[in-house]
Amino acid sequence: MCLAVPMRVIEVKNGDNDDLLPPTALVELEGLSQEVRLDIIDRLPEVDDFVIVHAGFAIHAMSAAEARENIDLMRQMAEGLT
Amino acid sequence: MRVKDNPLEQLNDKSLCASLVEEINRCLSRPVRIMEVCGSHTMAIFRHGLRALLPEGLTLVSGPGCPVCVTSPGQIDSFIELAKMPGVILATFGDLYRVPGSDGSLTQAAAQGAVIKIVYSPMEALSLARNEADKMVVFAGIGFETTTPVVAATIMTAAREKMNNFTVFSAHKLMPPALKALFQEDLSVDGLLCPGHVSAIIGTKPYEPLSTEFHLPCVVAGFEAVDILQALLMLVRQSEKSRAVVENAYSRVVKPEGNPQALTIMKQVFSPEDCQWRGLGQIPASGLRIRPQYDKFNAAVRLSVKVRDVAEPPGCLCGEVLKGLTSPTHCPLFAKRCTPMRPVGPCMVSSEGTCAAFYKFQ
Repeated sequence: MCLAVPMRVIEVKNGDNDDLLPPTALVELEGLSQEVRLDIIDRLPEVDDFVIVHAGFAIHAMSAAEARENIDLMRQMAEGLT
Repeated sequence: MRVKDNPLEQLNDKSLCASLVEEINRCLSRPVRIMEVCGSHTMAIFRHGLRALLPEGLTLVSGPGCPVCVTSPGQIDSFIELAKMPGVILATFGDLYRVPGSDGSLTQAAAQGAVIKIVYSPMEALSLARNEADKMVVFAGIGFETTTPVVAATIMTAAREKMNNFTVFSAHKLMPPALKALFQEDLSVDGLLCPGHVSAIIGTKPYEPLSTEFHLPCVVAGFEAVDILQALLMLVRQSEKSRAVVENAYSRVVKPEGNPQALTIMKQVFSPEDCQWRGLGQIPASGLRIRPQYDKFNAAVRLSVKVRDVAEPPGCLCGEVLKGLTSPTHCPLFAKRCTPMRPVGPCMVSSEGTCAAFYKFQ
């Protein structure tokens, strides 16, 4: 139920308050793309960031650098360095 | 099409998994029992085959983190009652469809003529309401903090659009009060693998009372094999050193403060109330009701539906399974009277239920 997947941002579409349109993003994963809502995301993503998508909404944005930092820490732990 | 560097692909590195398993083996000097709280973790652990990789002394038990599994039979009955109302379309996540209430399931209600639509997002339920103006669309609101802001944002959209035929029946639940209630009992658990996407919303601070009051190591984990192994290593290390703090092994997604935007939207639409959990009983301030200013979008108010007290199915051990006190294979109904095709309890129905996972993978 709390399943959410990381998808890469292709395009960010700013909403329009007058027309009640919230900001959305076009995102892709393995060649499949979809539009997701950005109402509840922690920060607006940039193109090539990753967003975590749950039930049609992006819940978190991360840069490639943030993803790498997390993985580097895993490598250090696996080698018993931390 | 451009091919881009994807750092997340490194999460499938088998040599990294092997090194983490080796380090867990090296650190573990005595038996340790870890509870994985989240149903998505339960499934990920089976899917990645991690139980077979881990040393014998490291035992994994499942907790109450499958939203369908902890939805009380009374709440299931309310969803069925709503689905059977003339002029109502019930929109639901697929997981809920076959869960038995006291008298049948949504599947059976659909066979008897109720109109039930399975949706991937509450926004699909809202689209359905736009297209079916003469029907009342009710969204079956289940889920923890990952899902609740999504439902809250959908209700706010419906309010902005002045919709008259979209409502939510809230059976949403909060994870930290349930964990606190759970550990009042001695479960002989040495560490908690905390849910990654609930924590993306609530952050890491809500686990601090658990680590201090119950001396329970808590580590937030992601859902790839390396994420889970890293978190297990951190829990083993804490346990070996008799430490009990909150750590974060999913820092690419979870921040200490969580997601303030999602929390604000959730609190704008929902307020806490006492709630009945399957297997855990009544837990203070662990459920979420829709605030009165959004009554127009509250199915319980608009359609006058109340949750009744309903007994658990006789012989079913889902309650014990949800507390990690027994293994599904010890339930007398498991794989006999209770199977995924003919489930008795919810843990056998949900794709994230512990009994369903044991049935599928063991």
